Amino acid sequence: MSKHPHKVVIRLENITRIYKVGVELIHALDGVTLELGENEYVAVMGPSGSGKSTLMNVLGCLDRASSGQYELDGAEATAMSDAALAQIRNDRIGFVFQSFELLGRSTALKNVEMPLIYSQNGWWSRHKRARQMLERVGLGDRVGHRPNQLSGGEKQRVAIARALVCNPSILLADEPTGNLDSKTSEEILALFDQLHAEGQTIILVTHEEHVARHAKRVIRMKDGRIFTDLSLEEDRTRRDTMNEHFGEVSK
Amino acid sequence: MKALFAAPLVFLRLLYQSVYLAVGQIWANKMRSLLTTIGIVIGVASVTAVIAALTGLKAKILSQVETFGTNTIIIQPHQPDQGPMRHVSVWQNRFLPKHFDGMREHCPSIAHLSRLSFVGQRTVKHGERFAENVQVTGIEATYHNIEHRPVLIGRTFSPIDDMQVRQVCIIEPKLRDKLRLSHDCIGETLRVGHHAFRIVGVIEERAELNFGDSSQERYEIFLPFKTVYKLGDAYLIALAASSSPETLEEALAEIRFFLRGTRNVRPGQPDTFRVDSVQSFLDTFNKIALIVTLVAGGIVGISLLVGGVGIMNIMLVSVSERTREIGLRKAVGARKSAILTQFMIESLVLCFLGGLVGLVFGQLLTTGIANIPKVELDMAHIPWWAVLLSFGFAGSVGIFFGMFPAIKAARLDPIEALRHE
Repeated sequence: MSKHPHKVVIRLENITRIYKVGVELIHALDGVTLELGENEYVAVMGPSGSGKSTLMNVLGCLDRASSGQYELDGAEATAMSDAALAQIRNDRIGFVFQSFELLGRSTALKNVEMPLIYSQNGWWSRHKRARQMLERVGLGDRVGHRPNQLSGGEKQRVAIARALVCNPSILLADEPTGNLDSKTSEEILALFDQLHAEGQTIILVTHEEHVARHAKRVIRMKDGRIFTDLSLEEDRTRRDTMNEHFGEVSK
Repeated sequence: MKALFAAPLVFLRLLYQSVYLAVGQIWANKMRSLLTTIGIVIGVASVTAVIAALTGLKAKILSQVETFGTNTIIIQPHQPDQGPMRHVSVWQNRFLPKHFDGMREHCPSIAHLSRLSFVGQRTVKHGERFAENVQVTGIEATYHNIEHRPVLIGRTFSPIDDMQVRQVCIIEPKLRDKLRLSHDCIGETLRVGHHAFRIVGVIEERAELNFGDSSQERYEIFLPFKTVYKLGDAYLIALAASSSPETLEEALAEIRFFLRGTRNVRPGQPDTFRVDSVQSFLDTFNKIALIVTLVAGGIVGISLLVGGVGIMNIMLVSVSERTREIGLRKAVGARKSAILTQFMIESLVLCFLGGLVGLVFGQLLTTGIANIPKVELDMAHIPWWAVLLSFGFAGSVGIFFGMFPAIKAARLDPIEALRHE
């Protein structure tokens, strides 16, 4: 595709994810096909129950697709063992969560070091790399602080540093600004912009338009399917048209 | 080459990391950890204290009989449980000196034989000073070859002392001190009843084993075997020594056969005496010690079981309250084995700490036991194998009861875990 001039990082081929609740089958993902190139900045949007969280879990190798193919960095991830998936999560994927998920009793440095504990090669250099990463997110002076001594924005920065410390192919952020006030949200989003400018591939799940506006590509989901997959400009144009036709519509 | 070391290296890193985390976790929950390990602490403390006390008792008894060789034989009268002799009195059943006449010639496996005559406890006087409750024992010259109690000053008895029924005696240093005799008291005269005895030697004291009855000092005075009869009719036992440890069993059989003859025990009727080797006393003691150890072991096992359930409980709580942490660790790439190791190590460290504290308490108990006056277990100490045993037990409890919570943690689904409140 001419849209993705760089190398392909993620390729989803007709991915389904079916849960069984009692006797009912729930199609959380119902045939998702998607291709993502290096250094893309994608926002995944959709109402709750649209399957965006399930898509995140599948992309993050936390969950397995029921059918379809998932290639990450050219490697088939669908049929991998638990241990191999853990390894992929460790060195290819960085997670940022809405509620930060920091270890309360550990310092910022220890929190950022944590993924390196489980990595093949990063163990010996974990202090150095964690410190560098904290400096990169602007927390060089908060290294020894515990989460309860940090503000919400600082906590999320620590979480981002932790997600990036293993140098992942993709950064998966699930509502990263959901627990932050608007000013801090903008700071965090500015950090994402900066990371994107430095070459990081980012996938952002959100239901807020102003957050999605930072991305370069917007994927809208509904009922487990990709509804629209447009660049930010195309998405905005489409939205404006719809607003003209139907009046102000949210999402 | 690098790949060869990769796996063990990763494992060592994981181990280090797990121990680090476990210690941190336990330190963060000091009170809880302490209460949890109480079962282990009590178990380990009691097992080490019991083993220490038994070790002390054994050492005491060994020191008691070490003056005898293990090939020493003790011969004493004993009423049978059945047969025509079962109703005779102790006095009727006693040994007479003539029962042993010719024994040395008829029992070739015996190297030494000495009859011992007792006339009970008497008061021994020297001038105005006296000592009460002195055990009067008559011995033959061969006694010195059987019991290894060297004569410190003076001489041992000779066969002539016995033959001529000389009025001589050998005493212990503590009796000498009690009567305030001079250090070299040879030639001084002691009186027992109406008889006077000249001191010819001072014999080394023997460690006394008198449980709870050290309120009065016990003294011993030795007279030649026949001389004792001047003080009254004596009760006899005999000590013998086989020529070597190998001939011990033969010697026992020979003595038994010989005594049945001299004491007119009819064929088919039970013995009216006992012939025991010191070795058999030791065997009996070891048997009792083993039973006590096993019983104590059972009690300790129960306490460790209870302790283990406590450990399992607290580990389940720990897994439950750290569900999100586990989810996070899995999300950033921790394998099942890493989570499993983390929680196993935590439970192991908990148990080892319990074992360590238990050992400290066990040592305190042992010191306490060793210092109780009049119980005389001053030789009580914790042997090294008991330390290993305690840690082995504590470790097994940690592994066994830590397994289930750790597996539970390792099996958690990261998505579910991260959603956990």
